[in-house]
Amino acid sequence: MSEASEAKVRLAAVNSNPASTRDLLRIVIVGHVDHGKSTLVGRMFHDTGSLPDGKYESIKAMCERRGVPFEWAFLMDALQAERDQGITIDTSQIWFKTDARDYTIIDAPGHKEFLKNMITGAAQSDAALLIIDAAEGVREQSRRHGYLLHLLGIRQVAVAVNKMDLINYEKDQFDLIEQEYRDYLTSIGVTPTFVIPVSARQGDNIVNQTNAMSWYKGPTVVKALDSFMPTAAPVDRPLRFPVQDVYKFDHRRIIAGRIEEGSLKVGDTLLFSPSNKSARVQSIEYWSTVPGKKPPMEASAGESIGITLDEQIFVERGELVSHAEHAPIETDVFRARIFWLGHEPMVKGKSYRIKLGTLEAPVTVQSIESIIDTSDLSNTSSHQVERNQVAEIVLRARRMLALDEFISAPKSGRFVLIDKYDIAGGGIISMEGYADQRDLITSRSTNITRVVHGIDETARAFRNGHKGGVLWFTGLSGAGKSTLAVALEKKLFEKGYNVYVLDGDNVRHGLNANLSFSPEDRAENIRRVGEVAALFGRAGMIAITSFISPYRSDRDRAREAGGGNFHEIHVKADVATCEARDPKGLYKKARAGEIKDFTGISAPYEEPDNPELVIDTAEVQLDECVERLVNYVETKFKV
Amino acid sequence: MDRLDQLESQSIFIFREAFNRIENIAMLWSLGKDSNVMIWLARKAFFGHVPFPVMHVDTGKKFPEMYDFRDRYAAEWGLNFIREECPPLEMTDETLPPAARSAARKTEGLKLAIKKHGFNALFAGIRRDEEATRAKERVFSPRGQTGQWDFKDQPPEFWDQFKTDFPPGTHIRIHPLLHWTEVDIWLYTLREQIPTIPLYFAKDGKRYRSLGDKDITSPVASTASTIEEIIEELRTTKISERSGRAMDHESEDAFERLRADGYL
Repeated sequence: MSEASEAKVRLAAVNSNPASTRDLLRIVIVGHVDHGKSTLVGRMFHDTGSLPDGKYESIKAMCERRGVPFEWAFLMDALQAERDQGITIDTSQIWFKTDARDYTIIDAPGHKEFLKNMITGAAQSDAALLIIDAAEGVREQSRRHGYLLHLLGIRQVAVAVNKMDLINYEKDQFDLIEQEYRDYLTSIGVTPTFVIPVSARQGDNIVNQTNAMSWYKGPTVVKALDSFMPTAAPVDRPLRFPVQDVYKFDHRRIIAGRIEEGSLKVGDTLLFSPSNKSARVQSIEYWSTVPGKKPPMEASAGESIGITLDEQIFVERGELVSHAEHAPIETDVFRARIFWLGHEPMVKGKSYRIKLGTLEAPVTVQSIESIIDTSDLSNTSSHQVERNQVAEIVLRARRMLALDEFISAPKSGRFVLIDKYDIAGGGIISMEGYADQRDLITSRSTNITRVVHGIDETARAFRNGHKGGVLWFTGLSGAGKSTLAVALEKKLFEKGYNVYVLDGDNVRHGLNANLSFSPEDRAENIRRVGEVAALFGRAGMIAITSFISPYRSDRDRAREAGGGNFHEIHVKADVATCEARDPKGLYKKARAGEIKDFTGISAPYEEPDNPELVIDTAEVQLDECVERLVNYVETKFKV
Repeated sequence: MDRLDQLESQSIFIFREAFNRIENIAMLWSLGKDSNVMIWLARKAFFGHVPFPVMHVDTGKKFPEMYDFRDRYAAEWGLNFIREECPPLEMTDETLPPAARSAARKTEGLKLAIKKHGFNALFAGIRRDEEATRAKERVFSPRGQTGQWDFKDQPPEFWDQFKTDFPPGTHIRIHPLLHWTEVDIWLYTLREQIPTIPLYFAKDGKRYRSLGDKDITSPVASTASTIEEIIEELRTTKISERSGRAMDHESEDAFERLRADGYL
């Protein structure tokens, strides 16, 4: 590199006004171990004249002491263990600048064992440079790193195919690698902005164009980096403001936190989720020593602020603040794609603590849907997720959580899981197949007072000769719920019971005719049936409900509505048995793809945890099933 | 938001996380430019207050200008100020090179102070761009019972989710300035008009870029006599910030050893 161009890169960076700040872009360098990440960084620093005085000589001395050839990796591998073993253990950062802007370069270890450190580095970046060895081609970590970048939400990716000197700068071999890796990235939804043939050791296409590859017409690595944009604060999105803490300073009650998305202003009505309380912003608090500086009237994404409210509502850390329109999802169950970093594997059924924004809550791994092989994107099933694996899982909380889907609001749609004391994994949220339960738990009625009945339950039970209540049948389509319900209804009626069956298809003709089969409407369907069944029960009758009701949250809500005398009855038969029966021909349609989200085939069935009764229709004959149910009712509904 | 606003917001976020999650926390005040910015940021985070003790672990060998500065601003900023002394040189690892051994006094003083006050965590104003092992630090950095840093197995830290759960006996260092650079510190000091010790400004062609003990800190050649001139100088210099700090340079691993043992 000529003296003149070196000076240009380095010195033109100095702004004419020293007090002004410059743009900063954070770039992570990732890729398979030994594909030349550190060498590329060293070369970039050398060729832009960014090395501190004496650094080159000191690296040289370190190498000579160890009797190894000059090694650029020593620039960032600061630990003795790293230098002695010639391997990057932990992520590091280093700074340089071009005409365009300042850079933080984040070096991430390429060794599989240090994936947690790679993620630590990569998650801080605005853009990524992925290095592939031209001689070795695309390797395991090349793919895994590409996959994780996508999962971490990094959308600006350039690929450098390094060590081109080892393959005599041949275009054909470069083209093959480019095609293979582009295909992979495309399949996971990433479009690399540039794929650049380079030799870090020789300095080709890092800072300077090279004559060795005149066939390449694209930008150098540094030019490619200059074309990336710093991550812009999402100010135009719906407001997401997680409450970080509540302070009492100088007689003010200040709600403190950082706005993650959107903006708010004084006078706005804010909604706190999941407590579902509302209040208006009275002031935005601000400390400054500049005399006469007025507190701000609005604040937006990226700002750490404090606000006071017009009403003293009780809110605490963990609430997610939004405007009433564009509120976050409320749910106690969701799907997630996770990467696992724990020393112990993640196990189905085990509880962990989730940290979602500032919220912390216990969650249980309800199911592990699949383990994803990041090399070929194939899925396998397993009951546990090993360290460094990627998986699709379903998590369940004991209470409602306020969250978003990652795709619509990344910062409130991602989380980490804590196992004992350690961050053991991270994940992004999808609600595919699961309902936003906000509407189900939101009461929009105001000014309502309960009227006390003149007749109590006992009086009704004495008149009827039995207690009222709910028999809630749940199970797969074809498990025999309706057949059993109708047979039981007949038997009980003959014995003098006031009994009535609420059946899925029947209520959809009337009460629930306005509901579709979307997750939200299915949940609303069950909520209404739960409330109606509860009314029947309180009226002194026995309501038998016959609904698949696949979600635990929905059944738990029905139980809550039903009051004391609610009986969850799992009408059980495995999918194969149900499919063989297929009374309505639905399984056939589902297999043919004509019905999507069909429970047991393409949508989940969450088995009851502790049902009052299990009736196994695959093993036991119908008559005997009815007999058992009659006995059960006679005991449980006795006056 | 410009870059300084972003840096400020991130530091405030870190302060508030730590203050919420960890009991018995204090801030280390070395009296230098970085820890003055750190105090300033705490006041931003807590609306003019510093709601935890601010501790100077004193080697007794600082410059007089530093002590003057400390006494004045501890009062003016309304700090809950604690001063602790470092033990004599004889108590340090004798295999360390001389300047590193002198610096190790501070590590010992720190350990004693932590024990005496029962602090679970300390805010420290280190930055990644100062030195290569600091570049590998976490924002929330756990230490063992005796303050040692297990740099080979640090916790993952991403999406601003910090490790805030620890077995009893763990000590935590929290680094609210880790993501700042030397130029950022001066830009912010200028913008916020934060008081500065005069030793940073050039006198007779020399100034201090980094302040430590009198006997192991030396000035660099410079003509920068205002903050603006310092910023301009830093944007073109190729001399590293800690070049005047003797303990960094005595041997290849001297500083790593100091840090592994609990030095900042």
